[in-house]
Amino acid sequence: MPWGPLRDLFVEVLLVTPSIRLTDAEVRRGGRTLWTGLDLDVEPGEFVAVLGPNGSGKTTLLTVLLGLLPLAVGTCEVAGRAPHRGSADVGYVPQQTSMDALTPLRGRDLVGLGLDGHRFGLPFRGRAERARKVREALLQVDALDLADAPVGALSGGEQQRLRIAQALVGDPGLLLADEPLHSLDLARQRAVVELLERRRREHGTAVVFVTHELNPVLPVTDRVLYLVDGRFRIGTPDEVMTSETLSELYRTDVDVVRVRDRIVVVGAEDRLVHTGGGPR
Amino acid sequence: MTYSLLDLLALDFVRNALVAGVVLAVLAGLLGPLVVGRGMAFSVHGTAELAFAGGAGALLVFGTEAIGWGALIGAVLVALLFGALGRAQRERDSVIGVLLSFGLGLGVLFQALYTGRSANKFGLLVGQIVGVDVGDVLTLTVVGVVVLVVLAVVRRPLLFASLDPDMAAARGVPVRALSIVFAVLLGVTVALGVQIVGALLVLCLLITPAAAAAQVTASPTLASVLAVVFAEIAVVGGIVASLDAGLPISPFVASIAFVIYLVCRALGALRTRRRVAVATP
Ligand SMILES: Nc1ncnc2c1ncn2[C@@H]1O[C@H](COP(=O)(O)OP(=O)(O)O)[C@@H](O)[C@H]1O
Ligand SMILES: [Mg+2]
Repeated sequence: MPWGPLRDLFVEVLLVTPSIRLTDAEVRRGGRTLWTGLDLDVEPGEFVAVLGPNGSGKTTLLTVLLGLLPLAVGTCEVAGRAPHRGSADVGYVPQQTSMDALTPLRGRDLVGLGLDGHRFGLPFRGRAERARKVREALLQVDALDLADAPVGALSGGEQQRLRIAQALVGDPGLLLADEPLHSLDLARQRAVVELLERRRREHGTAVVFVTHELNPVLPVTDRVLYLVDGRFRIGTPDEVMTSETLSELYRTDVDVVRVRDRIVVVGAEDRLVHTGGGPR
Repeated sequence: MTYSLLDLLALDFVRNALVAGVVLAVLAGLLGPLVVGRGMAFSVHGTAELAFAGGAGALLVFGTEAIGWGALIGAVLVALLFGALGRAQRERDSVIGVLLSFGLGLGVLFQALYTGRSANKFGLLVGQIVGVDVGDVLTLTVVGVVVLVVLAVVRRPLLFASLDPDMAAARGVPVRALSIVFAVLLGVTVALGVQIVGALLVLCLLITPAAAAAQVTASPTLASVLAVVFAEIAVVGGIVASLDAGLPISPFVASIAFVIYLVCRALGALRTRRRVAVATP
């Protein structure tokens, strides 16, 4: 049938549901408005870096996308629907917390909880399928050797890889990551970024990546959302990371300099925490 | 003058005691790893002291029949309260410490005012397992089955919420509701435990076997199985030994559990050393 491929193309070009659609969104926390009037569409496979000083509401944005915090104003859609708790469409890598040394979980258990840890009832059915998915997720982050290791005995980088596997095991169309590079050395940072880059290339997974440091993700970043004190800018790194834009956001003189393939920001030092390229 | 084990088993009160001990050990063994995982060992201690206070108060005001209810109400109420405390360890510990000492003081006061048989008094602290009758065993078994069914239904989300709470909340697990469910399960188990092995030994069944299991395995399922097995060994061994020696059960259960813990720690240390040796050749 000659119509088939054409129809598929039509569907693909015209009817792609954005992974995220925020319209005129406002968020309040403890009576305070964190940001307002935010419009943001994120396409499948897009990589959006979210930057901003501490307390600017980056984590809160992820909380909204996870369906854990309602918007005060505006609408939010994830994969075409209102976000809801426990959605299989969304994978989440939380801000790093280290596991206690004697936590009774192995690598495979931690990843498995990401798949069905929210389900009530006895886990009798589909055990082989479950094991296969867990194995595949471990393989994606190159952590098969951690399957039987106690998570509490692992290094920060190893735990981080398991966290990413835990987020990917449900095969989500959208991945939310909260400062996943924090406390990783340069090689590990590069590995994590490569992993996410491959994931979005091969699976079309959209990535929202909260980070203090843009440089490690600069080569893969499509757009930047920069939040400061309720003000924000959205655009390509070249559009947002300019002296003019950042000076406006911070309301003080900020200089943005390109050095080789890195962006260095000077000024507003008391607020800025992302200027470095590597580990601080 | 000694009896063989078979002679002992022919006695009704011994059989009742053993059945009660076996059921209690299953519950304690299954809840233990979650208690340890949630960092609630101190809460269990506090809960046990308030079950003691509740039981002693009920004994003073209503007589022996009411002990069970008093212990249950004391334990569940305070377990709910502890469950509702936030995750900030320091604040939690101090609140528990305050309530625990208050409960203990109250319990001692109630006991001092009680003028009946002294066996009724000390039972709540050090256990009165030889005083368990068929009715107790039946209650215990029914409660045990209910706890098991609830646990079977909520186990996975409860494990998730206990060991990885932030992620669990993000995945839509009702973390708060589950901590209430867990508090009730814990309160019920502690209340039963206080009447059988006494307030002092409840910790020993809820914490020590789970802590021992955590030393030798990181698999959540295996940890639960081992904790049950360890708790059974301690309880059944303790009952038999105490009957044989004609001494209270507490020191035996506590000693057996402690030895199991020491052995597991040694095995755990060996395991860690081996892993480090493999990782850094
Ligand atoms: N649960 C909460 N209740 C009230 N205020 C909160 C809560 N969580 C965060 N906040 C406040 O919201 C602001 C933004 O926090 P967050 O999104 O974590 O910032 P970021 O991740 O950018 O550092 C902070 O001022 C913080 O104090
Ligand atoms: Mg944050």
